[in-house]
Amino acid sequence: MLITCPYCGPRDVIEFTYQGDGNRERPQPASQDLDAWNAYVYDRLNPAGDHNEIWQHSGGCRAHLRVVRNTLTHEISSVAFTRGDHKVAARHKAEGKL
Amino acid sequence: MAEYSAFSLLKNALTGNKDWKPAWRKPDPKASYDVIIIGGGGHGLSTAYYLAKEHGITNVAVLEKGWLGSGNVGRNTTAVRSNYLLPANTRFYEHSMKLWENLSHDLNYNVMFSQRGCLNLAHTPAQLDDFARRGNAMRHLGVDAELMTTAEIARLVPALDVSATARFPIVGGLMQRRAGTARHDAVAWGYARGADRRGVDIIENCEVTGFLRDGDRITGVTTSRGEVRARKVAVAVAGSTGQVVRLAGIDTMPIESHVLQAFVTESLKPFINTVLTFGMGHFYMSQSDKGGLVYGGDLDGYNSYAQRGSLPVVDEVMSEMLALFPGLARVRMLRNWGGVCDMSMDGSPIIATGPLPGMYLNCGWCYGGFKATPASGWCFAWTIAKDEPHDINAPFTLDRFHRGLVIDDKGQGATPRLH
Repeated sequence: MLITCPYCGPRDVIEFTYQGDGNRERPQPASQDLDAWNAYVYDRLNPAGDHNEIWQHSGGCRAHLRVVRNTLTHEISSVAFTRGDHKVAARHKAEGKL
Repeated sequence: MAEYSAFSLLKNALTGNKDWKPAWRKPDPKASYDVIIIGGGGHGLSTAYYLAKEHGITNVAVLEKGWLGSGNVGRNTTAVRSNYLLPANTRFYEHSMKLWENLSHDLNYNVMFSQRGCLNLAHTPAQLDDFARRGNAMRHLGVDAELMTTAEIARLVPALDVSATARFPIVGGLMQRRAGTARHDAVAWGYARGADRRGVDIIENCEVTGFLRDGDRITGVTTSRGEVRARKVAVAVAGSTGQVVRLAGIDTMPIESHVLQAFVTESLKPFINTVLTFGMGHFYMSQSDKGGLVYGGDLDGYNSYAQRGSLPVVDEVMSEMLALFPGLARVRMLRNWGGVCDMSMDGSPIIATGPLPGMYLNCGWCYGGFKATPASGWCFAWTIAKDEPHDINAPFTLDRFHRGLVIDDKGQGATPRLH
């Protein structure tokens, strides 16, 4: 499997570290909403098909990447830096919490 | 009289083997049953068998999307053991071990259960201390365990590199003598035949496409072969759990699906007579009765439903094998394959009522499902029949994650790919 890092170009998957499901939303650190924290830690969508996930190019530029990968075919349809456009960060910013 | 015996073998041999009955029928689905079990793998079939045998519930359908045993029950490395640390796991897997010990007799079907032992290798004194702790925890609950010295290990597995110059020198190991292997296909076939003989309908090529509901309550399923109703619908679909429960409107589960590969080499003369695990990586190996070395390693490491593995893991598993057995460098690998594992958030399974009324859930087997087959079916059948868990599977609830009652034998936390 090749992942096309936006900075380094196409690289073999062994250069990358999988950091898991990118659909999860971490509650605000001060949040005491137990259900939200439990959902963040334990609950997964686990789709058979396109999956939002976070990878790190740990054997390269070390950037964290938001990757959309098909879990049936391993086809990658999108790779982007997580920085800036991460949806949780964006939402928190919009809500004035960041 | 038992249908399979030395006498029946002789009789059929003399009459040209024309009188054997098929091991199970190929019925069409009826309009309704008392219990529907989704998934005709090891766990679904053993559940049907124990429902019929232990609880007298025989109006049961097992619905299988493909052919019988086409999933993980035919894709594993066949190891059976009960060498866990935490009491909930130890009790459950030891119950399974006791069922394994009598399984061929119980099913009147030779599952080729061979108690050749399972040896975990330790490569540092600290790891050996940890194994001693686990061994003591096992013995405390009546499970056999013994520490072995390097000299004893060298006598048991002569081909192993036990020299001090090995990449990871071996300092000892933890042995469970009653552990071993079984013939995986025979387990599926034996349970299928046992369930079928007691009246269970095993319906292959029948994919569940949705659930029938009455309010919140599940009242049956729609399938590629029509609607089937039942008061109780049980789900035992391993790696497809998320996909099946989504049909019932449940979007998230404490499960990720990952691929695990396994490998087999060309046949060799007797080489290793135990199940061996490497302590400095993830590698385990045994030798099949046919002579092939059967071995496996780690998950591919990212979510996958592909039922095939990736090459970096192949490379890693081979290098681990050679670190232990330099003499195998020129042995050829015949085949590799992948199975989809339902990795739970604490590495332990879920056998419970729910999550909806009329529904029963059996999942989260990670890559330990094969050895659990008898106890999984036994406990799941109890849970379905009595609408409450047996003491043995009571800790394996679905809501344990949100209640802080995780059973994390490896202490890995909620990172499924590391269990």
